[in-house]
Amino acid sequence: MSDLQTPAGAPGAASDDAPSTATAAANASSAAAGGGGRSFLPKTTLLRHLLVLALCAVGAVLLLEGTERSTNDQISRIAFYAIAAGGLTLLTGLNGQISLGHGALMAVGAYTTALLLDVEDGEPLPLAVIFLIAVAITAVVGALVGVAAARLHGPYLAGATLALAVGVPGLTLYFSDTLGGEQGINVRAPRAPDWFVDAIEAISGERGQGTKWLAYIAVVSLLITYFLLANLMRSRIGRTWRAVRDQEVAAELAGISLGSWRVLAFVVSAAAAGLAGAVLAIVVRLTAPGSFLPVLSLSLLTAIVIGGLGSLFGALLGSILLVFLPEWARDFGLEVLDMESAQASQAAFVIYGLLLVATMLFAPAGLVGTVRLALLRRRAARAAARADGG
Amino acid sequence: MEEFLSLTLGGVVSGSVYAAFALALVLIWRSTRIVNFAQGSMAAATTFIAVAVIDSGQSYWVGLVVALLAGLVLGAVIERVVIRPVEGGPELNAVIVTLGLFIAIQGAVALIFGVDQRAFVPPFSNIGYEVREGFTLLSLSPNTIWTVGAVLVTMVLLIALFRFTRLGLAMRASAFGQEVARLLGVRVGRMLTLGWALAALVGALAGMLIAGDVSFISPNFMDQLIVFGFVAAVLGGLDSPIGAVVGGLLLGLALSYVRGYLDDSLLGMAALVILVVVLLVRPGGLFSTTPARRA
Amino acid sequence: MSVLAAATIATTMAACGGDDDSGGGGGGGGGTAEDNEATDPGMTEDSVLIGAHYPLTGPAAPGYSEIPTGVQAYFDFVNANGGVYDRQIEWEYLDDGYNPTNTGQVVNQLVLEDEIFAMMGGLGTPTHNAALDLLNSEGVPDLFVASGSSLWDNPEENPYTFGWQTDYESEGKIIGQYIAENLPDAKVGLFLQDDDFGEDGERGVRQYLDDEQIVEVQTYTSGNTDLGAQITALQQSGADFVIGFNTPIYTALSQLTALRLNYTPEWFVSNVGSDPQLVGSLLERFSSGAVTGTSLLEGVYTTDYLPTVDEVDNPWVQLFQRVWDESGQEGELTNFRIYGMSQAYTMVQALQAAGRNPTRDDLVAALEEAGGDFQGPALAPFRYSSDRHAGISGMSVSRIGANGSAEELTPVLVTDVGDAEIEEYDGEETTPPESGIPDEEAIG
Repeated sequence: MSDLQTPAGAPGAASDDAPSTATAAANASSAAAGGGGRSFLPKTTLLRHLLVLALCAVGAVLLLEGTERSTNDQISRIAFYAIAAGGLTLLTGLNGQISLGHGALMAVGAYTTALLLDVEDGEPLPLAVIFLIAVAITAVVGALVGVAAARLHGPYLAGATLALAVGVPGLTLYFSDTLGGEQGINVRAPRAPDWFVDAIEAISGERGQGTKWLAYIAVVSLLITYFLLANLMRSRIGRTWRAVRDQEVAAELAGISLGSWRVLAFVVSAAAAGLAGAVLAIVVRLTAPGSFLPVLSLSLLTAIVIGGLGSLFGALLGSILLVFLPEWARDFGLEVLDMESAQASQAAFVIYGLLLVATMLFAPAGLVGTVRLALLRRRAARAAARADGG
Repeated sequence: MEEFLSLTLGGVVSGSVYAAFALALVLIWRSTRIVNFAQGSMAAATTFIAVAVIDSGQSYWVGLVVALLAGLVLGAVIERVVIRPVEGGPELNAVIVTLGLFIAIQGAVALIFGVDQRAFVPPFSNIGYEVREGFTLLSLSPNTIWTVGAVLVTMVLLIALFRFTRLGLAMRASAFGQEVARLLGVRVGRMLTLGWALAALVGALAGMLIAGDVSFISPNFMDQLIVFGFVAAVLGGLDSPIGAVVGGLLLGLALSYVRGYLDDSLLGMAALVILVVVLLVRPGGLFSTTPARRA
Repeated sequence: MSVLAAATIATTMAACGGDDDSGGGGGGGGGTAEDNEATDPGMTEDSVLIGAHYPLTGPAAPGYSEIPTGVQAYFDFVNANGGVYDRQIEWEYLDDGYNPTNTGQVVNQLVLEDEIFAMMGGLGTPTHNAALDLLNSEGVPDLFVASGSSLWDNPEENPYTFGWQTDYESEGKIIGQYIAENLPDAKVGLFLQDDDFGEDGERGVRQYLDDEQIVEVQTYTSGNTDLGAQITALQQSGADFVIGFNTPIYTALSQLTALRLNYTPEWFVSNVGSDPQLVGSLLERFSSGAVTGTSLLEGVYTTDYLPTVDEVDNPWVQLFQRVWDESGQEGELTNFRIYGMSQAYTMVQALQAAGRNPTRDDLVAALEEAGGDFQGPALAPFRYSSDRHAGISGMSVSRIGANGSAEELTPVLVTDVGDAEIEEYDGEETTPPESGIPDEEAIG
């Protein structure tokens, strides 16, 4: 019998009513979603998500046009981290399966994209088609991994997926004729279409090529992914995943096949990782094994844990941290501590690691989960006070 | 035939290092049901400390002792400060904490000692013995004999500790059943700390041995080893020290043949394949008597 | 420094790159500091910002990390003498640890955030390859890549990228021919870096040595320090002459591994990995003093395309020694610093040829038009033209003697990629100008 996610109160929990598991944010978010109560939002989940999507799209355009090209580039990087982290948070937060191999799955998406764009003569396929193929192939690989993973839990799963993260970069060296070996494959993203260049010209008067075009591709991919994931997580499927995570026996008795639901979670999560890899390939303009070291997988885990397991918003916050923290840490090390730059850039990892440990010890629900829990608790207290008063 | 012999010997040497590393993982798993993913970073840290000692003019042996002591302290402190709160809790939390330590310690080592690779000079010559004219076995040198010997001695000492001392008995009792051990007057908390400290010491030894074998160290030089050590430990069932040693040797041989007959770059993939096959076919390890543990 | 070219002041330079006028034909030559204008990003009235990426840390750092200090010394020297067209040359270089992924990020920062006018001397084949597309799509001149890969000579696809040093294929051809002519009985093993560096070299060598003479090919990936399997395989194959296309650290590692195996072939280490001082110090460090100085390297064959630090009578070396001493930086003059200064010298030539107020495209045009005639420390001329972006065209074969000094075995040989013949270079040896600073006329 697995002791996965035993809800027993562990030492270190803030109080009795706060779930001590790392996936508390997922619980909290589902509670919030079920709670409703805000009348100005549309009633159905789908409509509400569409509204949020539209608002985010407008916000994204304002953000991209209101900032420098170097910031555009950072936003692209946040986008591909966030896409992968969104998929991972679904797997780990909702379904309780840890994966240290998502960096390897991103590599699958990235190499697929690079190979499909690298055609000798003629035009490559349209970018959207290439992205879909990358997603599909990564999903298939994810299914294979998922079949093995469905039978493992906790440390076994962590070890096996870590082996995946360590093993896959080696394949790119072994098949160096196709995959370019150590130096990888150069990626030339297709140029922006004229309508896009004209539109950007009209909005901000800037050049819509290169970095800017790539940033739009990245942000659109992110918005679509999060829209789909958010709907999935609020649907029956999402609820079943939670049941598989929290109530194994009950779920099995209810006729839910644990194994196939776990594999499904892995497939969805891998698909997101594949898209993230595809976006990484065009944004970084290169796919090389150096981009997919185990540290990438660990960074993704850091992002979702700090943001709050099971929360897409948390995954996004964590991804923002992944892009900005190394820069801050490096500048701090360079300017304040007078270090060499390569050394200073390591400071970020110390902070990641300590944040991971601290989150688990003091706020296992992460940033989003902890805030949500505090809000819920206050609302409950107010409701109780009202009940007393009445 | 010559190549096979050379690869087999090489496999035994690297296998014995994997075995030491697997042993460290098993010691912790037995006492706290946690896989310590930070083991590699911890060993890298203690090895770098040893290098600093050696660079300051001390002998290799002083460096080795300092590394082992540093491991002992590091293991105990980590167990007391960050592992204790997650012991017995959800296993995902413990996994994430050890991963956090993995990242943090590796970053700290790079921050303090720099990211450059450093040469590591082994205590004994690593010039291979010439078996016959024109055929030298790289994997048979005074240093490889020291490597294998050190692992064997450590294993014997550990067995002696667990079999023949009261302390060992108390540690086994704590690992076997915490409540019962507590009732019998064993100070379980202290035993768990000791288990982590011992494990970190063995890990520190593995770090020193592998550094002597590869001649170069960088803050992430143990990254692959954490995977190999884990695979070796799972091969042996994760519970059994003897299993860990046998698992380490088997993995060492397998990877050595992969390296020799296929390619270096496939080592990680080969370890993954071995791990998955073992986990799916014999989740209890190669030597388990029960048909399968519900994973 | 005096620029006496007739004054036609450029006033038509567009501020944003990519679409400058073709009629202006580049910047004006003469004028004074008052005539200076900001053109493209990185080119202001009184400064021009040049950037690059180097491995300052990691396995490739030893040696290579000295190159930018040499560049710095020479730019300082030029700046102290008034700069180029009254502009100070600013030099910014970042560490990529010889990891292509980092290179992409670092170059992004240089181009988008710091806004360099041009890149010069970005180091490494796999690394710089990662920056090619960004630099060319953003229209940033990508001059004098510090690598001999043939990738940099592709003006149609990468119009902004220029090579500088002798390409590896030409080097392989010269090495192959030397062995075919002088050591016809050698059983040759190849030890190659597993990327274009090794591949280009092998392609050149194989033009002159047949498959029977090459008995074994082994490759390594940068970062993997265990060469036991590769060197054992070379030994087992019976190779008694090993040609290495590898970085300096791997020269030291392969020598040490061979020592552990009692394997003593003759070695031919291509220019990149052969610096005797550096490899000697690496050997000493790696073996903790068991191997001292350059003793293991005595008798190793190599190639040169620049004067080396042991040639104390060479006027270029004397100039660079003076520049280095004046710069007051730590350390000795080394071959890597000579390399950096030589590149900086060519850079100053290119900036002079581009005129007083050049755009990025003007700089490229100047190099295409005038670069083929630049005279500098290199032993053989550049191959720059509007349809070639290849650098130095030849080198000489030498052998490392006692104390790391080199003994020339051949005259300077010039050739090219593909089936171009190898010929003796008939040009004269160049000498530096009196001032130590080139004096190229502005084109156009």
